[in-house]
Amino acid sequence: MTTATQQSATHQIATTQMYRVYIRATPEAIWDAITKPEWSARYGFGGFVSYDLRKGGEYKVRPSAEFRAGAEARGNKLPEVIIDGEVLEADPPRKLVTTFRMLMDERLKGEGFTRITHEIVPGANGVCSLTLTHELEGAPTLAAILSGAFEAQGAGGGHAWVLSDLKSLLETGKSFADSN
Amino acid sequence: MTDDDLVFKALADPTRRFLLDRLFERDGRTLGDLVAEVERAETALTRFGVMKHLRVLEDAELVITRKEGREKKHFLNPVPIRLIHDRWIDKYTERRVSALTSLKHELENQEKQA
Repeated sequence: MTTATQQSATHQIATTQMYRVYIRATPEAIWDAITKPEWSARYGFGGFVSYDLRKGGEYKVRPSAEFRAGAEARGNKLPEVIIDGEVLEADPPRKLVTTFRMLMDERLKGEGFTRITHEIVPGANGVCSLTLTHELEGAPTLAAILSGAFEAQGAGGGHAWVLSDLKSLLETGKSFADSN
Repeated sequence: MTDDDLVFKALADPTRRFLLDRLFERDGRTLGDLVAEVERAETALTRFGVMKHLRVLEDAELVITRKEGREKKHFLNPVPIRLIHDRWIDKYTERRVSALTSLKHELENQEKQA
């Protein structure tokens, strides 16, 4: 507990977070890893995404059985859908903008919709950059979770952890969980 | 130089760690804001000097910038540090490591308060 409370006391979480990772993969492979459930289940929290990839389309994430069991073991019963939002822009395989709301508990749900932009830019030697920008106005609890402040309590290391795992999966075929 | 080399080189300097600490406290800052922080810490460093350090941090991808209106904002990108973390600390070791770091923080805090 101490670590998380200390961090939230000293770390004033900004309203926008930016993350960038370089991945040796094609833009299409990275796009699929973000938008297809058979890929999203294999890294990070292992949730099953569902995107209706057009403006105004629905975005939902359902938890994996393992994630659900882990949450229940900590006394947190999860809803059927743990993240919801709306597709604002889908330009495969380059740019995806969606709203994003976490539904895991009432407090997070009450913080309302935030906004995530994924941008994939091909570079030299078959390496692409993936930049994630999360605009988190009015969502301090979500911002703390996504910056990894509650990792020791089992909330995961946030976006940095998820992106590191995504890179590992695409480059080596193995995720964090597989390597154990 | 590999990506890891750039990260370790960038981190091996107290001014650059100071800049990352300031961005960790509050993200999305302008150059002017960061220069003011450096001046407040009374280090003899010019605006040009701060720019040079930020450039090294950007080359290592530890800092990324984005235009917001007419301003250029600097953000701390923790992913390269996470990649180094994940290289040596796996899912199970993570729990033991966090237990020990929590203990260290708790004991040192008690000492400070005593």
